[in-house]
Amino acid sequence: MKTSMTRRTFLKSSLAATGLTIAVSVSPFGYRLLNASQSKEALKGFKPNIWYEIAPNNAVTVFIGSSEMGQGTHTALATIIADELDADWKQIKVRQGPAAKEYHNPLLGEQLTVASAAVRGFYDPCRKAAAAGRSMLVKAAAASWGVPESECDATKGTVIHKKSSRKSTYGQLCLAAAKLEIPKEPALKKEGDFRYIGKPMARVDIPAKVKGTAVYGLDVSVPGMHYAVLARPPAYGAKPVSKNEKAALNVKGVVKVVETPMGLAVCAKSLDAAWNGRKALDVKWDKGALPQMDNAFIEKTMMAELDKPGSKAGENGDAKKALEGAAKKVKSTYFVPYVAHTLMEPINCTAFVRKDQCDVWAPTQGQTGAQMLASEVSGLPPEKVNIHTTYMGCGLGRRAAPDFVVEAVIASKATGKPVKVVWTREEDIKYDFFRSATCQRIEAGLDGQGQLTGWSHKAVAGSILTPINPKAIENGVDIMSLWGLMDFPGSPDGNRILYEIPNFYLEFLISELPVPVAPWRSVQNGPNAFVTESFIDELAHAAGKDPLEFRLPLLKESKGAQRVLKVAAEKAGWGKPLPKGQGRGIAQHHCFGTDVAAVAEVSVNEKDGHVKVNRVVVAVDCGLAVNPLNVEGQIQGGVINALSTVLKEEVIFANGGVKSANFEDYDVLRMSEVPDIEVHIVKGNDKMGGIGEPGVPPTAPAVANAFFNATGIRIRRIPLTSKVVLEALKKA
Amino acid sequence: MISLNVNGKEYQADVPADASLLWVLRDHLKLTGTKFGCGIGQCGSCTIHVDGKAERSCGMTVDQVKGKKITTIEGLAEDNPVKRAWIKEQVVQCGYCQPGIIMQVAALVSQKPTPSADQIISKMDDVICRCGTYPRIKKGIKTAVQMARKEGK
Repeated sequence: MKTSMTRRTFLKSSLAATGLTIAVSVSPFGYRLLNASQSKEALKGFKPNIWYEIAPNNAVTVFIGSSEMGQGTHTALATIIADELDADWKQIKVRQGPAAKEYHNPLLGEQLTVASAAVRGFYDPCRKAAAAGRSMLVKAAAASWGVPESECDATKGTVIHKKSSRKSTYGQLCLAAAKLEIPKEPALKKEGDFRYIGKPMARVDIPAKVKGTAVYGLDVSVPGMHYAVLARPPAYGAKPVSKNEKAALNVKGVVKVVETPMGLAVCAKSLDAAWNGRKALDVKWDKGALPQMDNAFIEKTMMAELDKPGSKAGENGDAKKALEGAAKKVKSTYFVPYVAHTLMEPINCTAFVRKDQCDVWAPTQGQTGAQMLASEVSGLPPEKVNIHTTYMGCGLGRRAAPDFVVEAVIASKATGKPVKVVWTREEDIKYDFFRSATCQRIEAGLDGQGQLTGWSHKAVAGSILTPINPKAIENGVDIMSLWGLMDFPGSPDGNRILYEIPNFYLEFLISELPVPVAPWRSVQNGPNAFVTESFIDELAHAAGKDPLEFRLPLLKESKGAQRVLKVAAEKAGWGKPLPKGQGRGIAQHHCFGTDVAAVAEVSVNEKDGHVKVNRVVVAVDCGLAVNPLNVEGQIQGGVINALSTVLKEEVIFANGGVKSANFEDYDVLRMSEVPDIEVHIVKGNDKMGGIGEPGVPPTAPAVANAFFNATGIRIRRIPLTSKVVLEALKKA
Repeated sequence: MISLNVNGKEYQADVPADASLLWVLRDHLKLTGTKFGCGIGQCGSCTIHVDGKAERSCGMTVDQVKGKKITTIEGLAEDNPVKRAWIKEQVVQCGYCQPGIIMQVAALVSQKPTPSADQIISKMDDVICRCGTYPRIKKGIKTAVQMARKEGK
């Protein structure tokens, strides 16, 4: 995929009238369509998000700003345009757009591929833009034949006049169509007439990825390129006390040692030289901010923070009073550890800063942030900074942070050369921004009939917003850390606990621990749903009710959640007996506009403490599924990531820094540990939801609930390693 | 100067004998289809064929492959059943780990007689796909085995 298209090329090629180009500009107030061969005046100030171009050679090229990190966005957006345009799928080519204001996501307000927002954000505008083009092509054909438009049909890239058996391809019609006025309200196809939407379309990016020719960030090569690697502090807050710069510079190929906020960058002509130079530099560091920090310290600190006063994040009714009057009370404390992203492509970035231009080749989910920071560091205005988005070896939220862009731009500016910054796997894990650990306590009350009367909830977690948008933290409440527990203003989705709890209180405290945190597939919905869905299960047990039967009456207003729970339960054979040592658990969660429920079946080996997940049945309601094959793949991927966290993953800390270094001591789920994962797509919701992340949250609690079902023991601290399980069995 | 036979072509690279095969392939020969994932043979992203056998290139020096035939993902035939099965079953998401996984599966599928899909699947615990494409990888392996048997490859 070429990545060099810029807004300037858009304007230039459009004005040259090389074909029919339709662009769509979306803002929070609606959208505008534009025929690019209109006058120069119309183009001024017009900021397209997505555009497509029909050329006389019959090619239809779609330009997309969202990043492709494996989630299938490029294929889905091209599918929507191809279908509504009535193009032939074979005509379609996709190109990655540049970093520019033109590409801001209407749901997010900046060019950022996160929050499972790409397809649902652009669905309507893409359809309108394509419908406009189709109507213009039909009009051009009808005029050329002197027949009424109503007698002409568009199909698979051709306009046909049946009566006279005449036909013209879009390529033949595009120049004439470009001269026409763009319709303001083009008619859309009926959903029943969709040719590609809702079908299992083959992904456009797969052939190059199978050939080995797809270019990821680490594959970028620029003439004269140098390499940089950083010597980074071994503990949080550690400062260098000594270094041997002379020895580093004596290594053949090393050209410079540059200070950066993240550490000392050794720049060299080859990667080997940079690594050898870093070794020779031999930086010694002080002990850092919190040398006593290890995992036990972290857990103890967070538990203690749970008893400190926090900020009120949500309230309805009077939880305190309800708890006082409850016939039965349940109180539990949960802990979820820090987990790493471990993207298969370690973090990297290439930059070339010159006097009047800065180019950045980045596997980034956040072009706007990358451009802003590259502009600040290079001293060039944003319009002189070109962000070339490459393919990404997975994203999971980590690549929305711009730290690697800053490193590459500093190194290039200091050396005057194009520089690729390369992280090893060890750096990728040690200097990750983790999914935050969280410690939470809930106390709830039931009345004499086992009905939920009140819920008081206290949560401690790291702050995701502090490093990226501290102004958004109001009264100590970080909404991203509480995602899944409370609604927040400005979000198009419901983000609260869906259960209709009559008296509810939520309190939050930002943890003081110095561990950097960031979104990790589904942000904190994952750990937060583990807590709430485990606790609901505890309440069901306390009320003497079946976990499914306990949940449903608490979800009267949430039809989507009801639907997915019922479908997952039915498909999984909920209620059917299982052999001894096995158990079945259920959980649901709503996030990014999508409802997902999961039923997990596990076997527990009480001798060695091994937990095996045998089967996961998922029901998902994301409204219209643009590509059901991709929905299945994304949900399975989310389930697997979550299984990995519930069974295996935990970052190990020591001496105030990260001890985990590679897959030897930070292992993730492997093939033989992956169960059968059935995905059932339920179409009920009117509004389209996201699909990249919602598979994560219900999975971990479904497994923990299944463990309880198998053993009668509640696990409130993950991962469920053999050690944790054996200890729990011993205690019971 | 080191000579390397890669994908049927002779290359010369000005690197020391103990240079990492992975990085020589990537940075000197510009064959970037072979990926760097962990550097310690734990993830399988860098898997190539050395005389037809799957090997982790991150743990090998150029000296170790002197006179041997190396195949990378770029050199694996387009009609190889594994490549075709990967497209047919739409295995790939981000795709970064897939060249290595494809190379590992291709080496196993090409054994005579062709192993069963389950035998191959049982040998895949030493690769990592963080997107979680494992269910499709299993499907891909089954399809590739069927194709290979049918076509006698």
